[in-house]
Amino acid sequence: MDQLSQIHTGISILEISYVIASVLFILGLKMLSHPLTARRGNALAAFGMGLAIIATILFHQKDGKPIGNIGLILAAIGIGVIIGWIIAKRVKMTAMPQLVSFFNGMGGAAAALISMMEFPHVSPELIAKSGMANGHVLAILLGLMIGTVSWAGSMIAFGKLDGWIGDMRIKAMRYVNLTILAILIGFIVFIMTRHVQASSELTPFIYVMFVISIIYGVLFVMPIGGADMPVVISLLNSFTGVAAAMGGFLYNNQAMLTGGILVGSAGTILTILMCRAMNRSLLNVIVGVFGGGGQENVAVAGSIKEISISDAAVLLSYSKKVVIVPGYGLAVAQAQHICHELDKLLEEKGVEVKYAIHPVAGRMPGHMNVLLAEADVPYEQLIESEEINPDLPNTDVLVVIGANDVVNPAAEDDPSSPIYGMPIIKARDARNIIVMKRGMGKGYAAIENMLFFNDKTRMLFGDAKSTLQNLVNEVKSL
Amino acid sequence: MENILGFFLLHREAIFIVILSIFLGIEVISHVPAILHTPLMSGANAIHGVVIIGAIIVMGHADTTGSMILGFLAVVLGTLNVVGGFVVTDRMLEMFKKKK
Repeated sequence: MDQLSQIHTGISILEISYVIASVLFILGLKMLSHPLTARRGNALAAFGMGLAIIATILFHQKDGKPIGNIGLILAAIGIGVIIGWIIAKRVKMTAMPQLVSFFNGMGGAAAALISMMEFPHVSPELIAKSGMANGHVLAILLGLMIGTVSWAGSMIAFGKLDGWIGDMRIKAMRYVNLTILAILIGFIVFIMTRHVQASSELTPFIYVMFVISIIYGVLFVMPIGGADMPVVISLLNSFTGVAAAMGGFLYNNQAMLTGGILVGSAGTILTILMCRAMNRSLLNVIVGVFGGGGQENVAVAGSIKEISISDAAVLLSYSKKVVIVPGYGLAVAQAQHICHELDKLLEEKGVEVKYAIHPVAGRMPGHMNVLLAEADVPYEQLIESEEINPDLPNTDVLVVIGANDVVNPAAEDDPSSPIYGMPIIKARDARNIIVMKRGMGKGYAAIENMLFFNDKTRMLFGDAKSTLQNLVNEVKSL
Repeated sequence: MENILGFFLLHREAIFIVILSIFLGIEVISHVPAILHTPLMSGANAIHGVVIIGAIIVMGHADTTGSMILGFLAVVLGTLNVVGGFVVTDRMLEMFKKKK
């Protein structure tokens, strides 16, 4: 009797912890969507997670048995904490998108592993009663499929953003992908319609399904490139959420269910918002083979004109209004600090300096804001592209630092261009344009940029950091 | 047909939670400014690390060496997701705060 009441107390505490954790996840996510409360929101969600984990270890029961192997579980958590902490703290802010993708993949893999381990243990009574076609089996299979696709896809996205996996752009790919997806669904139907005594008889099929899901995940992300990468990561993020929710279904665990579905739906909305920022539809991102191709043969009118560091320094120092358009090139060169130094110097000389931030500047929406905030650039100086565009005709000098696609006029002029329709910073409206670039290489979307051939444009070739350093020295000596 | 009805009845609580959570997720996220897209994605990324609870349960009841190894791996990966996710998000947001 005493033991029984103890069990009930434990389970009650566990369930209460899950309710609290779910509420904290919701509050945390809500607070994360406002600049002022974001950091507290994150801490709150983390606290909820810690609570749910501790309560599970202490109080979870399965058929009356408490959690075993506690030593090993704590060891595993310890390893995860140390590795996760070190990676998260050490990685440069420029590598943030691939890091999010990496951690997302880990979650997907965990969900897939859970499904693989649970499949042979579906209760025989359940199978005897309703066959393999029950919610339990469906949750396991979906968890396996979605988790694996999310893991494999995230790893490819990680590799692409890190630059060691290229794009694979073959038009036929979408049919191959649809076929594989159909095969996967076929597998689910096949497994669920078998008549067996125990689910373990079907375990080999699970492994085949695992392998096919990996292939699907890889092929799903392979053709997607260019500016669409963040959209894919966001989408895979919501996939993992759904995979986690399948686990919640499996264990009748409300914290996993709420947390997973919350991320699944919020992630989907976030994905759609990102697509909207680029004026593209989600379907277009997934099936449209983006980047490259297009106007290869367009005759290039005009010529490239260079400018010397000293001329650029004079031009900037005697301007009234300067707008800086930072891009990924600035981030890669770690030039955000020196860039801020230049803008402070110019402001001292009475020049008004603003930053024009494109929604997808960098490699992810908001990435550039994070990087410039790291360099202490005041928040008020960062202007979103839509707001700054009307102001550009009154701008004396517009400085493009390592950005390319977001200032490409092809988005407005050339209906055949893959970026046609994407909102851009209307750089060519400015009176003078200085473009800092490493070389004549194309942008991430791999298309030619007519802005560089504009009569008002002067090029300043070289690494963003050293060029900016020279420019700062030159402005100082004026 | 009977199967579907039975399925619904058996899992009605979970189905309730799923439907309500979908609406909640949509409601919570809409109106988020573009600057917060990255931190928000990262924060949501950390929250689905809740899958670690499933990993702990599996590991806690693992009986064979094989499932023990897989369970161990699942807990490590789940922890990576949780810790990495929250720490990275905090690092991003910390930078926003410094501006004043």
